[in-house]
Amino acid sequence: MRELTYNEAALEAIAEEMRRDPKIFYMSTDALPPLLQEFGEQRVKATPITEAAFTGMAIGAAGCGFRPIADWRQVTFCFVAMDQIVNQAAKIHYMFGGQVPFPILFRASVGGGGLVAAQHSQSPYSMFMNVAGLKMFLPSTPYDMKGLLKTAIRDNNPVISFESSRLMGRKGPVPDEDYAIPFGQADVKREGSDVTVVALAWLVHEALAAAEELAKEGISVEIVDPRTLVPLDADTIRDSVQKTGRLVIADEAGPTAGFSAEIAAIVTEDAATFSRLKAPVKRVCALQVPIPYSPVLENHVFPDRNRIIAGIREVLG
Amino acid sequence: MALTSQSLSSQNLPTNLSPDKQREMLRQMLTIRRFEERASADYLAGKIYGVVHCYIGEEAVAVGVCSALGRTDRIISTHRGHGHCIAKGADLNRMMAELYGRQTGYCKGKGGSMHIADFGIGMLGANGIVAGGISIVTGAGLAAQMEGKGGVAVSFFGDGASNAGPFHECLNIAAAWKLPMLYVCENNMYAAQTAAAATHALSDVAKRAAGYGIPGIVVDGNDVFVVHQAAAAAVDRARSGGGPTLIECKTYRWRAHTERKGQPDPRDAREIEAWKGKDPIALLERQLRDQGELDDAGLQRMEREILGAIEAAVAFAEASPFPLPEQATDDVFSA
Repeated sequence: MRELTYNEAALEAIAEEMRRDPKIFYMSTDALPPLLQEFGEQRVKATPITEAAFTGMAIGAAGCGFRPIADWRQVTFCFVAMDQIVNQAAKIHYMFGGQVPFPILFRASVGGGGLVAAQHSQSPYSMFMNVAGLKMFLPSTPYDMKGLLKTAIRDNNPVISFESSRLMGRKGPVPDEDYAIPFGQADVKREGSDVTVVALAWLVHEALAAAEELAKEGISVEIVDPRTLVPLDADTIRDSVQKTGRLVIADEAGPTAGFSAEIAAIVTEDAATFSRLKAPVKRVCALQVPIPYSPVLENHVFPDRNRIIAGIREVLG
Repeated sequence: MALTSQSLSSQNLPTNLSPDKQREMLRQMLTIRRFEERASADYLAGKIYGVVHCYIGEEAVAVGVCSALGRTDRIISTHRGHGHCIAKGADLNRMMAELYGRQTGYCKGKGGSMHIADFGIGMLGANGIVAGGISIVTGAGLAAQMEGKGGVAVSFFGDGASNAGPFHECLNIAAAWKLPMLYVCENNMYAAQTAAAATHALSDVAKRAAGYGIPGIVVDGNDVFVVHQAAAAAVDRARSGGGPTLIECKTYRWRAHTERKGQPDPRDAREIEAWKGKDPIALLERQLRDQGELDDAGLQRMEREILGAIEAAVAFAEASPFPLPEQATDDVFSA
């Protein structure tokens, strides 16, 4: 099968959907050259640096029958549009009694590793998971990226595509034919029997490396990639934990009220899963600090395969 | 008429509006007033919940602007939104049912007074966040431009919102992209309890239009013909690709910020009385009488019909079921 990078897979999904549906248009503070070249300025709009305005405009255009894509680029840039995201996009369908759909795709890169410090490195998806009315996903492979973006663009709701900065250039197989990955379906990236690791994005790959390492010692690690954050596939996660009896959660965000806390909650509040746990749940997260600049500091803040291995050893006792 | 930064305020402007249209404008303004008088009374009686913001005193703005629009043109409103809904043609029954929190309301009881919308008539919703609607309706202006059918979009907002970021960001982008927009500032001189005089460096919001290279005009917001004429000219400009216009309507709200009992109202009682002397409805009545197009009998008939429609709306609301509790989880997402 041919290989595309994570970023190429995203652009291919968007271009294919824009060819299919003339109601889709793209707004971003810089027009993406391949999209601009193919679709022109009418459908690929370079906005002023005004995330608040163009996020709100996406909502209005969606309410009028268009299917806008608003690309915030880095997730930290969308914080100036929090009213439009939280008060408007998330609530407008519900608050108005479901009169019309608001199909909007928001794009935002997340994570660290770029040595660009706190205002350009963050993984704040749990802030948005906490808001009712937004769907969101965070893919770990080019295949998942393309398939989830297709579903997102065809969805009739505001959807946030969180995209890992560290994975942009990472290659993986992507089939030629059209496909879409439904929301709410986790993917078991590696089967195992001793411990479940639930990981997102870049940490899926770190967890896979950790599993390879531990396999040499006869430790069998199962890796579950939720892929979609809202809706979340609790069943696949619980099934895996019921099988292995042990859970490590790896997240590039900090632990406090985070994605990792949500995973721990859906596992431990379910009696059937809780009763199979052989050890306390372990979270392997970033430190709860703004992301620092210096490589020594940044490396210290983020979890990696070694910390995942340490976490697995801890739950194995 | 070429639009530049200027001030319009005359009670004797010639109007090309037919007598029927003028009477319809009066009917709408009276409907807004009587609807809100009833909403306020029912709120104080405990039949309407939460909060109600009344538009009384500002009726000429919504009616003057919306009378210059077509049904498919789109507007967005504020927390003080009943007037814009009625002026755009919303159904009184469904409005009152929403205030009463009933299943038959515009939002199935999910929104209340601050969130009435009717996308079928281009009313993209009242918005409870000051300046919250401006960017959304600018997106409707973008949609109208992309549709290419000559549609326009209107943002109603207050003097308070004109100090918030989205006002400036959206005026800039609308001007840069020549979006078919009207930005209608209802300057009632107070942002909740705070006087505009204390928070604005310039006395006229419209002067800010110069910073974006678009026309900014100040009008007497209590004279429905003046508002209509300014809006009609701005609509023509927008439909023909000329881009957005900022219209500042000087007006005044007669009532406190909300209907809640016991809230402070720092405004001078003499100021309130002086503005009541400039009642936009009384002015329009006089103008119609002067033209020989309205008499006592006609006015009384109109009043009876309006009060009858409002009674019917209340009866509809009271007869409507409340939502089922479990419907709280409906409509978080669209299918």
